[in-house]
Amino acid sequence: MSGRTEPPGGRRRLGSMLRTAWGVLAVPAAAIVLALLVGALVIIASSTLVPNHPFDPTLPITAYAALAQGAFGSPNAVVETIVLATPLVLAGLGVGLGFKAGLFNIGALGQFLMGAVGAVAIGSALHDAPPIMVIPLALLGGMLAGAFVGFIPGVLKAVSGAHEVVTTIMLNYVSLAMLSWLVSGPLRFPRSPQPVTGDVGNAALPILIGRDGHLGIIIAALAVPLVWFLLYRTTLGFEIRAVGANPDAARYAGMKPRRLIMLTMSLAGMLAGLAGASNLLGLNHQVTATFSTTVGFDSITVALLGRSNPVGILFAALLFGAMRNGAGLMQIKAGVPVELVDLVQAIILLFLVANPLRRYFRRGSAASADLGTPDTIARTYGSEVVR
Amino acid sequence: MASDPASIGAPALEMRGITKRYPGVVANDRIDLDLRAGEIHALLGENGAGKTTLMNVLYGLARPDEGQILIDGTPVHIAGPADAIRRGISMVHQHFMLVPVLTVAENLVLGQETMANPVFLDRREAARRIRELAARFGFELDPEAKVGSLSVGQQQRVEILKALYREARILVLDEPTAVLTPQETEEIFALLRRLATDGHSIVFISHKLYEVLEIADRITVIRRGRVVGQRLPGATDEADLAELMVGRAVQLTADRGESHPAGPMLDVQDLHVADDRGSEVVRGVDLTVRAGEILGIAGVAGNGQDELVEALIGLRRPRAGQVRLDGVEVTGRSPRNMNEAGVGYVPADRHRFGLILSFPLYDNLVLTSYHRSPYAHGPLRDDAAILRTAESAIERFDVRTPSATALAGTLSGGNQQKVVVAREFDRDLKLLILDQPTRGLDVGSIEFIHRQIIAKRDAGAAVLLVSAELDEVMEMSDRIAVMYRGRLVAVTDARSTDKNAVGVLMATGGREAASAMSGTQA
Repeated sequence: MSGRTEPPGGRRRLGSMLRTAWGVLAVPAAAIVLALLVGALVIIASSTLVPNHPFDPTLPITAYAALAQGAFGSPNAVVETIVLATPLVLAGLGVGLGFKAGLFNIGALGQFLMGAVGAVAIGSALHDAPPIMVIPLALLGGMLAGAFVGFIPGVLKAVSGAHEVVTTIMLNYVSLAMLSWLVSGPLRFPRSPQPVTGDVGNAALPILIGRDGHLGIIIAALAVPLVWFLLYRTTLGFEIRAVGANPDAARYAGMKPRRLIMLTMSLAGMLAGLAGASNLLGLNHQVTATFSTTVGFDSITVALLGRSNPVGILFAALLFGAMRNGAGLMQIKAGVPVELVDLVQAIILLFLVANPLRRYFRRGSAASADLGTPDTIARTYGSEVVR
Repeated sequence: MASDPASIGAPALEMRGITKRYPGVVANDRIDLDLRAGEIHALLGENGAGKTTLMNVLYGLARPDEGQILIDGTPVHIAGPADAIRRGISMVHQHFMLVPVLTVAENLVLGQETMANPVFLDRREAARRIRELAARFGFELDPEAKVGSLSVGQQQRVEILKALYREARILVLDEPTAVLTPQETEEIFALLRRLATDGHSIVFISHKLYEVLEIADRITVIRRGRVVGQRLPGATDEADLAELMVGRAVQLTADRGESHPAGPMLDVQDLHVADDRGSEVVRGVDLTVRAGEILGIAGVAGNGQDELVEALIGLRRPRAGQVRLDGVEVTGRSPRNMNEAGVGYVPADRHRFGLILSFPLYDNLVLTSYHRSPYAHGPLRDDAAILRTAESAIERFDVRTPSATALAGTLSGGNQQKVVVAREFDRDLKLLILDQPTRGLDVGSIEFIHRQIIAKRDAGAAVLLVSAELDEVMEMSDRIAVMYRGRLVAVTDARSTDKNAVGVLMATGGREAASAMSGTQA
């Protein structure tokens, strides 16, 4: 778009772009603002419960200012925010890819955990091999392990119609149990008193910036355009989106929904597995029997907030990373517990799936871009067998 | 209805100067409409003419920018559907608003449950009232039957009964016959007449001209948001109404000319196909369609036509039998395979099977060919090529849309179907399979699509037309086959038969008439 030479057309195009942007952004933006407002009410209400605490209507402002400062107040804080956002980007892309195909993948937790296990198995076994060799192998191991955990619900749905919401939830538990067995059995570090795996040694991702700004940041940053390219520039992405939007029409048009469901679930698992591998190799370096994460479920909210769009997911993940990162300083400076962040995130999710908000912003703008994800949730849950 | 409408009485409903603007369009432009007690008033217009907007205004779903609504001469403000229902206005939608897993009685009392006590529904009272209502209007309906197990015609009656149960005096029916067989249509018409005699007023929305002529006491035609004329059925005919509706003279019967069939293109032998539940619903079909002819398959819906078509385009594997296309055996090939072998297909349900409504037109126009050159190079899409083709197809198939990037769901039904037709017709075809290609469309679009079908035939394609709409089969086909309980009971030359003979075959399978008609068995 050169634009500048033909102002009327250009202005009209700008206008329609702004309208499209509003159509896409209105609901997520409103959800965030409303969740922060509700959070403010909770901050005030809960502060009155503290004995001898003066009533302070500006407390929410103090708290949110501290939250912002903790998240972005220094170069180190920014790096830490990005580090926390990294697994959310990767796993969020996985969940969002599933949404695009009409699949509600709740299994990011299990896929993340198995991804971490896959990475640690290879990383600790080859811990003194050259990094240039073992890092890609360990990442690949995590991706394959995650892909396998995603493939299982995919194949179950394709063959028997078992709903992925049910099977992925069950696989989360299976993965948790699997992890603690592997860590206390086959993968246990022989000389350790506690059940813990060996250290990944040379497979640890190099730190590029700050205290722990590891290579995973670059991987996540590359994954965003890659997934976007897959979805919107390849025939496979077109098939994935078509099956998600209308599986019947896709089948009539000669696409193969069963095969696409298996493939998409595997790709989604691969991305969540990569998130696990990147966190493990970049931060933890070994796995204990109680290893777990909030990434699995946060990534679902991230994908919803980002409306399954890779760029949207990137920004949603950064927001969530920032809130996690700033929570500590908020607790210190304003005395508001870090759990407030969980509350705000949960309320964002509620507002996102709440119909009145969506209807309010939909009204009049029927042409609002790709009809995003919550429609998909409603449609796929309890849907019929895909033929 | 012979009674002079002027003598029926004062208007039960009057809409005066209703204007409703949406950004960029005036959907209703100073529309006047009055409805007398006991009158069936037809509202006729093309898709997008503003009929639905007007009825949404009446039902409180849209607020008019100007104008007034009067009920029994009193100006009213209708705040919403609940308010409309309270004032005795009820709407029967084109797509039924019923819960299939609930019984008839449960569906009827939804929203205004009669309670035996504060906790439990009074089912007996509800069932009693339903039987009473049904008996009063002369039809039978089991209040305890699950709605999902009823036929489409019976569901339609449940919808009407729902309105009556709410004591509606003004009924709005939005294309009530779109999904019905001719027999079911007759039954609904009888019911509507009885309701009118009983003092109910009915707004009947349709674009089927002959139906409007048959049922209405008065006909109001709207075009582009304006009332363009009012007619009495006795003083008009289909050509006059069509011209009012479209704004120009319309050719109502396709001029299909002479066919010049060549050799057999599609050859089906002893085909057996099972449905989803595993019971055989196509039971030994033999069928030949020659290049350059249109073979119509008539039949009441549910006699195996869907499964036959699905087997022919590769969506369903036949149990037994053979399908040959241009001499090559193609039995059991995949949909993509059949598509690439030169088979075009227009499904009956364009929303469910033909289009992806949330996708832009250009994606829908390559839905079956996106993976081929020039639209793809290896795994990569060529958006520029797709857009070029889309823009040219939109131009040549007269799809009315702001741009190729508009979402398919924002177009009118006729334009949506033109998108499907453009996609399937716009290449060299050996065989074209059409399943109710003009269902629910306005006369202008029907005329256009019929012309395209005939052009395809004349270009040498074999055309198989399946339709529950007998008129369309009679009008378009060179030869006609009737499907009954999984078999083709007769194949005959279109010129040597008439609507009645085919209708009898559709209804009975030709136990009496088959021998008389089977002379030209293919």
